[in-house]
Amino acid sequence: MSDQQFYHALKVDKDLCYGCTHCMNVCPTDAIRIRDGVASIRKNWCVDCGECMKACPVDAFYVEQDDFEKIFNYKHRVAILPSVFIGQFSKHIKECDIIDVLKGLGFTHVVPAEATVDVINESMLEGLKSDRDKPMISAFCPSIVRLIQVRFPGLVNNIIPVKPPIDSTALYYRELLQEEGKSFDEIGVFYVTPCASKIATVKSPVGDEMSNVDGVINMDFLYNKVYHVLKTRSETTDVCQETVPYLSPKGLNWSLTDGEASHMAGRCLAIDEIHNVISFLEKVENDEIINVDFLELRACDESCAGGVLLTENRFLTVERLKNRADRIASSGKYVLNISDSHKQLIRDNIDVGSIEPRSMMVLDEDMGIALKKMERVRRMMCYLPGIDCGACGAPSCESLAKDIVRKESHLSNCVFVQRMMEKTKKLDPQHSIRIIEKTWGKDRLEKDCKKKGAKNESF
Amino acid sequence: MEFSYEVEGGNFAKAGNAASGVKKVLKQLNVDPKIIKRIVVALYEGEVNVVAHAYKGNVLVDIDTNRIYIKIVDEGPGIPDIDLAMQVGYSTASAMVREMGFGAGMGLPNMKRNADIIDITSKVGEGTVVELTTKLTS
Repeated sequence: MSDQQFYHALKVDKDLCYGCTHCMNVCPTDAIRIRDGVASIRKNWCVDCGECMKACPVDAFYVEQDDFEKIFNYKHRVAILPSVFIGQFSKHIKECDIIDVLKGLGFTHVVPAEATVDVINESMLEGLKSDRDKPMISAFCPSIVRLIQVRFPGLVNNIIPVKPPIDSTALYYRELLQEEGKSFDEIGVFYVTPCASKIATVKSPVGDEMSNVDGVINMDFLYNKVYHVLKTRSETTDVCQETVPYLSPKGLNWSLTDGEASHMAGRCLAIDEIHNVISFLEKVENDEIINVDFLELRACDESCAGGVLLTENRFLTVERLKNRADRIASSGKYVLNISDSHKQLIRDNIDVGSIEPRSMMVLDEDMGIALKKMERVRRMMCYLPGIDCGACGAPSCESLAKDIVRKESHLSNCVFVQRMMEKTKKLDPQHSIRIIEKTWGKDRLEKDCKKKGAKNESF
Repeated sequence: MEFSYEVEGGNFAKAGNAASGVKKVLKQLNVDPKIIKRIVVALYEGEVNVVAHAYKGNVLVDIDTNRIYIKIVDEGPGIPDIDLAMQVGYSTASAMVREMGFGAGMGLPNMKRNADIIDITSKVGEGTVVELTTKLTS
C-alpha cells in the first residue's frame, strides 16, 4: 500500500457546498466525508469517476483546468479533441466548421484524440494473447484502472497494459510537428477532457512518469465557446469545405460503449456505469465469470458520451456519432495514414508501466491488528443504529465504525449514540451541539430560509 | 472471529452471498489476493452445491490470524459415494441446473483444489457437511 498522494482534478467549492450528503452517498469508493459543513474527498480513495459532481444539487464540485490563455505560451498550439466533442453538435454542423471555430479561438492544430486507435487495437490484441489471467481488462478508462487498484487489487494483473489513445496521439502529433522542423518547446499539446479522470492521468499517470500533454481544457468550457461562435456568426461566413473525414468510423466509436469490445478477439463484453462495473468485477473476482476473454469497462453510463463535462444529452451524442461513423463508413472516404515508423514509435511507448495494487479496504497492514480492529468495528455496529443516515458525516454506520478504528472519528459523532449518552448523563447536551457543529459547520442548527428548497431560496 | 451465512436451496440468485461477504472481510484483513481468491472460489462452489442439491444450508466461518475455517452444513439428499462425487466430471445435477450453467461435475474437485484441507461427511437422506481449512499466509 502506497502513501503517495494522487492528483485529482475534482475539487469542492467550499462556499457553494452546504454538506447535503448527496455526493457522500453516491461515491462508489466511500471517499467522501462531511467535515466543517462541507464535503471533503479522501485523495487516496477517490477514483475520479465524477459521480459526486453528477449528484451535486448546487454545482459545488468543479474540475480544475488550465487557464485557456496558457495555450498562447506556445507558438504551435495543438488541441487533442475526443470524438464525443463533435458528437455533441447536430449533423448540420460540419466537422470542418467546428475545427475552423477552434482554430479561430487560437489553436493552430486540431487533432482527433482517437487518431491512433488502430495501433492501440493491435497492441491490445497482442496483449490478449498473453498467458495472463482472463478476462483481460482494457486500460482505456482511468477511473476503472484506479477502481481496480483500490477495490479489486487482485485483478490488477488482468489489465492490458496498453495506454489509452490520448497519450499515443499526443506523442504521435508532437513527433509529426517536430519532423516538420518545429522545436519541442514551441509545441503545446492541450487535451480537451470529457471527464475528471482523464485529467488525473495526464497530471499523474498511473504507471508512466511523463505525459506528452502540456495542459487540459474542460470540454464544457470549450463547447460553450464553440457553440457561441457558431450561433452568433453571420450567415455570410464562408462555408468550409469538408475534405477527407479526419477520423475513421472505428475511431469515432472507440470511446463509446462497445467501441473497443467490438474490435477485440474472443468473447468480449462491454460494461458501462461504475456501479454496473463494480458488481461485475465482484463476480470476476469470485471466478464466477468463466470463458470471457476481454472486458471493456467504463465508469460513465454511455461511456465517454456520459462524461461529466459533456453538455449535450449522452444518448443524442451517441446517436449522432454512430450516424456520422455510418456515413463515413459507407462513403469509404477516410484515411489511415500513420506510417510504419510512426506506428513503431507509438508501439515503443504504448506500455502503461506497472499498475500497482493500493487497496484502500485494508484496516491495517498487520493481519493481527486488522483482525482486532474488525472485531471492534463489529462490536460498535451493535450500538450504531444501522440506518446509514449520514448525520455523523460518514456514508454509513459501518464507515463511521471503520473511521473510528482508524482514529479519524468518534462514536459520539453518531446522533443516536449522543441521545443515549445524554440519557445516561455521559454527555452534556451543549457538548452534543458542539460535536454536531464540528461536522456540519457553525450555526448549522440555526434557522436558514435561504437553503435549497426553503422559502427564500435564491433571494 | 466468526461469521454465519444462510444459504437458500434452489435460489441461484443468492448463491455467492457468503463468498462475497468473506471476500470483503479478508480484503480488510490484508490477506494476499491470491489466497483470497482460492478461499472465495472454494466457498462459492460450496454455496452452489447447497443451492443446487440441498433444501437449505448454513455457512459458518471462523477466522484467526493463521487460518480460515469454513463449515458448510446442509439439509439435503446427502452424497451416497463421496469418492465418486470427488471425481472431475461426475455430477448428479438435474437438467434444469445444468441448463443454468452449473452441474459440470467440477464443484467438489474445485473445492479440494482450492482448500488446504477438505473434510466431507454425509448421511444419505439427511445432509452433508463440508469443512474447508486454508492458511491465510503463504
